[in-house]
Amino acid sequence: MNDLCADNLHLWRGDMHVLRGVSFSVRGAECLQVTGANGSGKTTLLRALCGLVPPEEGQVRWCGVDIGADPSAYHRALAYLGHDNGLKGDLTADENLRFGIGLRCRVTPTAIGAALTRAGLAGQRGLPLRQLSAGQRRRVALARLPLFDARLWILDEPGSNLDSAGQALLLELLQAHLAEGGTAVVATHQALDLPAGTHRGVMLQ
Amino acid sequence: MAWVWFHKFGSPPHFYRLATRLTPWAAWPALLLGLAGLIGGLVLAPADYQQGDGFRIIYVHAPAAWLSLMVYVVMACTAAVGLIWRMAVAHAVAASCAPIGASFTALALATGMLWGRPMWGTYWEWDPRLTSELLLLFLYLGYMGLRNAIDDVPRADRASAVLAIVGVVNVPIIHYSVIWWNSLHQAPSVMKFGQPTMPASMLIPLLLMLAAFTLLFAALLLIRARGEVLQRERNARWMLEALERLSTHDGPPTRDGPSAKGVLVGR
Amino acid sequence: MSARASFASAAALLMARDLRLALRRAGDSLLPLGFFLVITTLFPLALDPELSQLRDIAPAALWVGALLSSLLALDLLFRDDGQDGALEQLALCGQPFAGLLLAKTVVHWLLTGLPLVLVAPLAAIALGAPYGAMPGILAAVLLGTVCLSLIGAVGAGLTLSLRRNGSLLALLVLPLAVPVLIFGARATALAIAGESLAAPLYLLAATAVLAATLAPWALAAAVRIGLE
Repeated sequence: MNDLCADNLHLWRGDMHVLRGVSFSVRGAECLQVTGANGSGKTTLLRALCGLVPPEEGQVRWCGVDIGADPSAYHRALAYLGHDNGLKGDLTADENLRFGIGLRCRVTPTAIGAALTRAGLAGQRGLPLRQLSAGQRRRVALARLPLFDARLWILDEPGSNLDSAGQALLLELLQAHLAEGGTAVVATHQALDLPAGTHRGVMLQ
Repeated sequence: MAWVWFHKFGSPPHFYRLATRLTPWAAWPALLLGLAGLIGGLVLAPADYQQGDGFRIIYVHAPAAWLSLMVYVVMACTAAVGLIWRMAVAHAVAASCAPIGASFTALALATGMLWGRPMWGTYWEWDPRLTSELLLLFLYLGYMGLRNAIDDVPRADRASAVLAIVGVVNVPIIHYSVIWWNSLHQAPSVMKFGQPTMPASMLIPLLLMLAAFTLLFAALLLIRARGEVLQRERNARWMLEALERLSTHDGPPTRDGPSAKGVLVGR
Repeated sequence: MSARASFASAAALLMARDLRLALRRAGDSLLPLGFFLVITTLFPLALDPELSQLRDIAPAALWVGALLSSLLALDLLFRDDGQDGALEQLALCGQPFAGLLLAKTVVHWLLTGLPLVLVAPLAAIALGAPYGAMPGILAAVLLGTVCLSLIGAVGAGLTLSLRRNGSLLALLVLPLAVPVLIFGARATALAIAGESLAAPLYLLAATAVLAATLAPWALAAAVRIGLE
């Protein structure tokens, strides 16, 4: 259950052979941390895992099924957080969560309020996002994750712009996700202080 | 069985060898048929009773106009194959079609204008055929422009494939809308090319030229597609191995020298 | 576990979001309309200000103006969503992507096409068209702008990932829009002349139906490639 498996992924960008046969598998209640130097293909790998970039060779399987077989079903199980937050600067945090999550599942205003309070943004709910700092915007994006009701999280540098309280929030969310049996793939250089047995690493050359 | 052939055809080294082998089979008949058609059309066929010798330009114009459309269709079909079955070779063929098609379109436009000078008294008349030929040229330029604007080759392949498919759906609509537009504004133009009552002495050279141009397109496409495959596969194992064999036999590898070609062709 | 959102509710939510965003930036979506008005004003200034002569060029002025302003408006369709990652989230939300993009295109038409539909008959009258021509022109511009939004959306999707895409977008979209220009201008000319414009209207409607059927698939493919 909740297995994500990458099998011999190859991807070129122009003449650059970015992914050279990347293989790994993560089970439910497990977090895979992807590390590697700048330009080693972390973002490309994560986008390939999401199905945004088709690999030129190899296969990504979710629960044993190729993700290309039924992309909608896979995407319903997936929450992706990229470099960009995917939030609108002209909307408030409340509206952003309502629209962003409402595309996938029903969500009540109380749940949104609770998620924002948990992220320490209770006082900024009514402000347009562009008036918030980059770290606060990242927190809004993180607050969105548990409401997505997704079994697989793929997070690209989730800790960027976050202060220490924000890092703690990230860890707390990740731990809750893993405790529910969820799977996570996280690209970050920061040490993830997760319980033993739930945390593995893969290094891209 | 067909599936096996499909996959084999999709492998770049196989395609490269096949294209190399087929090229002379298209090029030589094109040359012979073209010579026969030109002699038949320019020397043997009688002058037209209305247009005099001016009509003889159809021996270039009509095949070029025919090919300008056919190349677009071939381009869209190969692009669709590349998009649906993710076949890199098909994308390479589609990419090779565009400049050839644009050249035939430009040739059809130029010969149409040359024909127009004695017939209409002006180089440019808003004749529906010439107008849709011009729009087709814009479609080709848009395709090449998009391909040129995207650096990453696989992405350029897929984006331009979508454009080619959208374009091929639109080509007939554009063509008939232009004819419709023209029919409302003026009486049908003075003379049309390719009247049904053409005598055999005029028609046979025309058919020869049509065949010659089609084969010429095939030959040009094979040559261009080979170049395209070579460029795309410059880091592939079969290419490096072929170059390595070359370097052990004939000294340092020359990527595009004649001896490199010999080895790539030979195996 | 919360209930999964249906496609209809997701599309409605997306449309509501885009409308709200447009309202917060009302100036942006009105710019193409201003552009259209300026273009139609330029034609009389470049000619003799005789209404009888203007009447002859009114269809051309209206439709060239509509084509160019719809081209200009395409910038609003995907640019912001592409830059802030919202388009990625749309592609990954598990709903039919073609349908969501069609919903976005509908909102885009409401914001930039519909104002044109309302203003074009007035512009035609300023160019010397009789009042009786208004309903015909309204119908033609209505169908025409629908086609232009759909065709343009595919072009905008194809050029999504390119930085300076303005002239390339024009080269891609304008030749494809030629049938719309021909049918629309013809319908407008017939309306001004007081004749039956059924034929060009049917042709425009057929083009609109064809575009609405095929454009979403091409659009989804194009945007997916742009997101890679």
